[in-house]
Amino acid sequence: MKIVVMCGVGIGTSAILKVNAERALERLDIDADVTATDVAGVQAAGSDAQVILTSPELVHAIGKTNADVIVIDNYFDLDELTAKLEAALG
Amino acid sequence: MTLLPLPLDAIEIGVHADTWRAAVTAAGDALQRSGATEAGYTERMIRVIDEFGAYVVIAPGLALAHARPGPDVITEGLSIVTLAEPVAFGHPHNDPVGVIVGLAVRNGDEHLHVVAQLANVFNDPQVIPAIAAATDAEAIRSLLGMTDPAKEPE
Repeated sequence: MKIVVMCGVGIGTSAILKVNAERALERLDIDADVTATDVAGVQAAGSDAQVILTSPELVHAIGKTNADVIVIDNYFDLDELTAKLEAALG
Repeated sequence: MTLLPLPLDAIEIGVHADTWRAAVTAAGDALQRSGATEAGYTERMIRVIDEFGAYVVIAPGLALAHARPGPDVITEGLSIVTLAEPVAFGHPHNDPVGVIVGLAVRNGDEHLHVVAQLANVFNDPQVIPAIAAATDAEAIRSLLGMTDPAKEPE
């Protein structure tokens, strides 16, 4: 399974979201490949992804996608991440 | 565990900022003061928010100001600015912001250990309010798990 995390420039915030998404997936015992990308790269990176994780501010920038878009409010809240990933993947 | 690249002069407490621009500028000034960046980087951090919005507010009360790597990044670095009065960045859930973390990196791979450590620290929900309330820079370094002054990064 492929999960894409997206931020504006593909550095910093997306990397934090990637680290914590991997921790949440570990909690859920789900094996997935988590890739960080930016707004410019999300169409390519997300084309074969099952889930795209991003901020409420960036949802509109994703464009058309077949992936489930999960909006994360608090990137440091592992409970929020775990619950939203479980709802989408469980 | 490697120490975060956060020297004392990259920390500024109780800054008066009326706007998010002023707050991000203070975080950029702190990066520049510590020798991590040149002036242009601050302007690029502001442009990221102009272009993509307040997504840098990644948790309640906390903005992670950053831009892409570039020639204005001298060395990887962090800065922390706390505000006397929190300001709105325009995030639907996480405003207002009282703590700005500035991040400068030279390439995407280099910063992964810093990011993993930031996640370790900030996954504790008590840390952001504790930093916002801190009254000296050493207390902030201590909250980030940097307690040994002998290991002060250059």
